Amino acid sequence: MDLTVIWAFVIAFAVGFYVIADGFDLGIGLLFPRFPVGPERDAAMNAIAPVWDGNETWLVLGGGGLMAAFPLAYAIVLPALYAPIVAMLLGLIFRGVAFEFRWRDPAHRRAWDFGFTAGSFVAAFAQGVTLGALLQGIAVADRAYAGGWWDWLTPFSLLTGASLCVGYALLGAGWLIAKTEGETRAIARRAGRPLLALFLLALATVSLATPFLEGQYWQRWFVSPGLFVTVPMPLLVAALAALLWRSLGHDNDAHPFFYALGLFGLTLVGLGISIWPDVIPGRVTIWEAAAPHSSQSFMLIGAIITVPLILAYTGWSYWVFRGKVGGEGYH
Amino acid sequence: MTDADMALLLARAQFAFTVSFHFIFPSFTIGLASYLAVLEGLWLKTGKGVYANLYRYWVKIFSIVFAMGVVSGIVMSYQFGTNWSVFSDKAGAVIGPLMAYEVLTAFFLEAGFLGVMLFGINKVGKGLHFTATCMVAIGTFFSAFWILSANSWMQTPTGYAVNAAGQFVPGGSWAAIVFNPSFPYRLAHTVIASYLTTALAVGAVGAWHLLKDRTNPGARKMFSMAMWMAALVTPVQIFAGDLHGLNTLEHQPQKVMAMEGHYQSHPHGAPLILFGIPDSAEQRVDYAVSVPKLSSLILKHDPDAPLAGLDTVPPDEQPPVGIVFWSFRIMVGLGMLMLALGLFSLVARARRGLYDWPLLHRFALLMGPSGFVAVIAGWVTTEVGRQPYTVYGLLRTADSVAPLGAPAVAASLAAFVVVYFAVFGFGIWYILKLMARPPHPGEPVPGHAPIRSAGITPAQALEGGR
Repeated sequence: MDLTVIWAFVIAFAVGFYVIADGFDLGIGLLFPRFPVGPERDAAMNAIAPVWDGNETWLVLGGGGLMAAFPLAYAIVLPALYAPIVAMLLGLIFRGVAFEFRWRDPAHRRAWDFGFTAGSFVAAFAQGVTLGALLQGIAVADRAYAGGWWDWLTPFSLLTGASLCVGYALLGAGWLIAKTEGETRAIARRAGRPLLALFLLALATVSLATPFLEGQYWQRWFVSPGLFVTVPMPLLVAALAALLWRSLGHDNDAHPFFYALGLFGLTLVGLGISIWPDVIPGRVTIWEAAAPHSSQSFMLIGAIITVPLILAYTGWSYWVFRGKVGGEGYH
Repeated sequence: MTDADMALLLARAQFAFTVSFHFIFPSFTIGLASYLAVLEGLWLKTGKGVYANLYRYWVKIFSIVFAMGVVSGIVMSYQFGTNWSVFSDKAGAVIGPLMAYEVLTAFFLEAGFLGVMLFGINKVGKGLHFTATCMVAIGTFFSAFWILSANSWMQTPTGYAVNAAGQFVPGGSWAAIVFNPSFPYRLAHTVIASYLTTALAVGAVGAWHLLKDRTNPGARKMFSMAMWMAALVTPVQIFAGDLHGLNTLEHQPQKVMAMEGHYQSHPHGAPLILFGIPDSAEQRVDYAVSVPKLSSLILKHDPDAPLAGLDTVPPDEQPPVGIVFWSFRIMVGLGMLMLALGLFSLVARARRGLYDWPLLHRFALLMGPSGFVAVIAGWVTTEVGRQPYTVYGLLRTADSVAPLGAPAVAASLAAFVVVYFAVFGFGIWYILKLMARPPHPGEPVPGHAPIRSAGITPAQALEGGR
């Protein structure tokens, strides 16, 4: 088996895991102002307080893994996306410290709550912009980024930025429905259907715009064998969306989150089809950017040993904090 | 100054600023995590409530420091790409895997068990909770292991080859890369520094409260533990630092020349310059106060041993002497003061004055921040001292930088400075507020543990006999 392919999947897995796991964290940040100050807001934050740090670590694995396994891609992409990446890092600072600071300083709680939401928004939007900028293509010459430092800013990247915010908010609403009770859950539930409608609109717009971007997306999606995915994909999305829509009106608290997860999963698969086997779409393939075999195999040994352990103890931590936050079932 | 020179200078300033600020936090959490594990272990072993109270007192501070370490650390992991992309392309295949190992073995371990450590007191048994604390402590050590291996490889690169694209690639054995020549010394010196930094901070908090109430059992216990650390570990650290210096002399002699202020070679024994003002333009140290032959005695263990000076090094390969000279003296001077504090505490302990000598408490209080200052001064010494290279002797800093315009880097640097001072300034203030409260029996667990239904005391599981 080709180590480079394995590493492409490992990094795709890390980024995908990050998007889903920190996605609901950031989504709760986005929804935060909708909850009244008091027990509702506290419950929304406590629903992720024990796990956000672990979720965010997948972002470090995605970045660090990219540097280690595909150093050329890391070296080209990050300067190309300088402004959105720096904005994301600054946003994550405000989001992360708010978990501690808002409890330490009642006098400034409003400020840290605002920082929590603004930081989550900046991070989420910047991540979406990053995705859009990658899809629309970046200029490469002589193993380096060759464009200007505003190239990332286009209507398409703004669209993907906004879309990712909507998607994260939908995931966050699903998580809160599953993890909270009372007014917090009711607010999350009410936000669910409008967010789903917006998400579908965003997904449709991005999906329709992508094949018309410069590059070969058109061929990937509308020529066999891509066509075999293109045809069922909208059907799967529609089916999951219908299930999610229905579950948002029902009493089951766990279903909305899992259906939202499914929708995100499909989106990520679609992105994979659009990009594969490039690491920088249309410019650099995974093999061109790959680190030498020795680097990849050395890391793979570590990954094979540690990733199952990581998933096991991360799962255990989620298990310890299972059930509703602040509810009777939470002992 | 051209735009490219300005962009390089700004990128260096940004890295120096963000990494210095960042390292304050892990240098505290590495030590504090181990201290918490010791406290919880002692509580489980002895059942004495004072240990449980101290655990709860310090875990609140730990959680704030840890959060700041996490968010400032993510900046570092991306900054290699955003601002040092050529370095990342060229060295990523060698140091990237070391950092990936740090994520896989350390960051996940810390983050995975931190939730249980902070919020899980009521949810898992005492044994499991203690395990979670230990896992976080072990994670901080693993993190130090890998990142210092990566840093040491950049200082003393071994085990590499260079491919057709000009990239550093593994030369064969990964052991030669991971265990490069300066790594064991740097690891020992840095980890001990973290323990000492934590001990001095804990000692200062204990001293502060002893000055107000010398009967407070929590303050007495933490002060006593911290002073044992200061007394026992400072000599070990001075010894480790000496070994690290000898290793540097072997592999990076220019750095030691800058630390010593040796512009000239000394064929018949070099003097130790205690103080002076380095003047790189004139290549001499003004107003030098020096002890003849002592430098040769320290570095070569022979007063008459010849020592080469910067006159043997081409000007474009010399590190900035002034910064290295001074930062080294700050670190060593603080180390000597730490040794004095440790010895003073031993005398006080022997004469039964450990809790009763206000002079000792005032001294310990003053020394509270000294560990952080010494750690940053030490890093400045070693990082500025290896200039003008990122990969020592092989890849120049000027050839490592990302192709960004100066305005882009200036804007990001300004944003980092504003955000770091505002956010981490508040964080440090919250920590000081927590430290200003005396430890007392029935210390609450972190106030924001997920809220539970009425009737359950959050601190239940840690409620020990007092």
